[in-house]
Amino acid sequence: MTCLPAHTDKKLGLVIDLDTCVGCQACVTACKEWNTGGHMAPLTDIDPYGGDADGVWFNRVHSYEHLTEMGGRTVNFPRSCLHCETPACVTVCPTGASYKRASDGIVLVDEDKCIGCKLCSWACPYGAREFDTDVGVMKKCTLCVDRIYNDNLAEEDRVPACVAACPTSARHFGDLGDPASAISQLVAERGGVDLMPELGYQPTNKYLPPRAHTQRAVSVPAPPLEPVRAEGGFLGWVDRMLSH
Amino acid sequence: MHPAFSVVFFTTATGAGYGLLALLGVLAGQGFVPPDFWLGLVGMGLALGLISAGLLSSAGHLGRPERAWRAFSQWHSSWLSREGLASVATFVPAGLFAVGWVFLGRTNGWVAVAGLLAAVGAVATVCTTGMIYASLKPIAQWHSRFTLPGYLIFSAMSGSVLLNALLQAFALGSTIVLAGCVLLTLLGWGWKLANWRYNDRLEIPTNANTATGLAGGTVRSLEWPHTEENYLLKEMGFRIARKHKARLRQITQLLAFALPVSLLIAAFGLPWPYAAVLSALATSAQFAGMLVERWLFFAEAKHTVTLYYGR
Repeated sequence: MTCLPAHTDKKLGLVIDLDTCVGCQACVTACKEWNTGGHMAPLTDIDPYGGDADGVWFNRVHSYEHLTEMGGRTVNFPRSCLHCETPACVTVCPTGASYKRASDGIVLVDEDKCIGCKLCSWACPYGAREFDTDVGVMKKCTLCVDRIYNDNLAEEDRVPACVAACPTSARHFGDLGDPASAISQLVAERGGVDLMPELGYQPTNKYLPPRAHTQRAVSVPAPPLEPVRAEGGFLGWVDRMLSH
Repeated sequence: MHPAFSVVFFTTATGAGYGLLALLGVLAGQGFVPPDFWLGLVGMGLALGLISAGLLSSAGHLGRPERAWRAFSQWHSSWLSREGLASVATFVPAGLFAVGWVFLGRTNGWVAVAGLLAAVGAVATVCTTGMIYASLKPIAQWHSRFTLPGYLIFSAMSGSVLLNALLQAFALGSTIVLAGCVLLTLLGWGWKLANWRYNDRLEIPTNANTATGLAGGTVRSLEWPHTEENYLLKEMGFRIARKHKARLRQITQLLAFALPVSLLIAAFGLPWPYAAVLSALATSAQFAGMLVERWLFFAEAKHTVTLYYGR
């Protein structure tokens, strides 16, 4: 069914902190490692060791320079499916392969029904869907649906692979439909934003903007670099001796 | 957007085919075109041949064409599914009309009804094709009020030019059909110019700031997540046409509009077979020109995902 559920019991999603992401790509490789054997397996690579490598990835980390009047900074930006509340990728699907779950809001593809028309990837403004030329079907982030409900894993491991791998805790997982959840409170506290809100897809995932610039960092390394005064004290004497 | 030849050919061929089918269904079904066996055979053969070739070409664009039947199921939400259903449903009245008009030589009763239904189906199918593109918000050049009327106008235009060539070939040409072709081609020309003008002045609210959630200032791509082109860039980051935009637009205007209009106007005063030759040339030039137009329609369209790559 490509009609969207009127209501989802939960709104499971990710919150990504652009302030603490260091662009280490650990989430990218952890995602690839888990999902190439997971729900949407395989994440095919074409010519992986050649000069024209290509392949399916659910999570890609870009690096940007954000230049404002306060100065410039590098922002690392992980990009993956945002599990939107009104995902046009689902409604354009002619076969019913794409669907949004009423229970938790996760957007998935049934690989056995996909005809590989690629229209869903055109309908997604965020580039979340990638076509597997080898299998001939569309693939996308599953929010690790095969981890988060997996009773065979220890409870602390029942989070998406990208969240488990992040060494700086820049990625958070939870129910964004519950205002009392830790993840919703984090969004409220840090002023989390939607990507391309003007298109009206209502993404579930939120991004926490980098914290404001401070002047603190500029003054810290300055004193040790100041020149030692030539007159007075033991250090003054050492300075005069060494200057000869 | 990557202009896959299968889709460029599909939309151009079915546009012309459905245009011709609608005109034949109405005009022949109402007795304005005589029930001549060879005229009917060639005419319906051309219309259904163009439609079938286009549909087969679009199936070739699929990753798993053997599952194409599944595309008939989601008509309540998907314009692509509606297009699939409308295109197949149109074959039913079109087939009945072809049998009645061509083989039984009838233009009244149920044959006339089948002709009208085939015309309705043809118009509906072209509408669904237009809506597939018009409904895509990430592509501002398509998500505009120009797209759907454009598909309908170009279908009527190429269908009428084809009908004129057909009638002229059988020495049945009429000044009314000829005048209709010229007017529709001029309308198409004007619509395309207005559409290009609109696209060139388009102010898109989505930019690198809203795409990344980084407010204020400028956002410049420092590094891509990958070293080679990936699916997203191959499918949606196509840039060649922007380099040759002006030249390709000139070629479109010459082949699809200027040349056909000149040839058709010249055909007004000429007897058979000269008028027939000019009409056939006008059809060929316009079909080639519309292929360039459709190629540009894809290649000039910019998808929001390219913002993430600084393109």
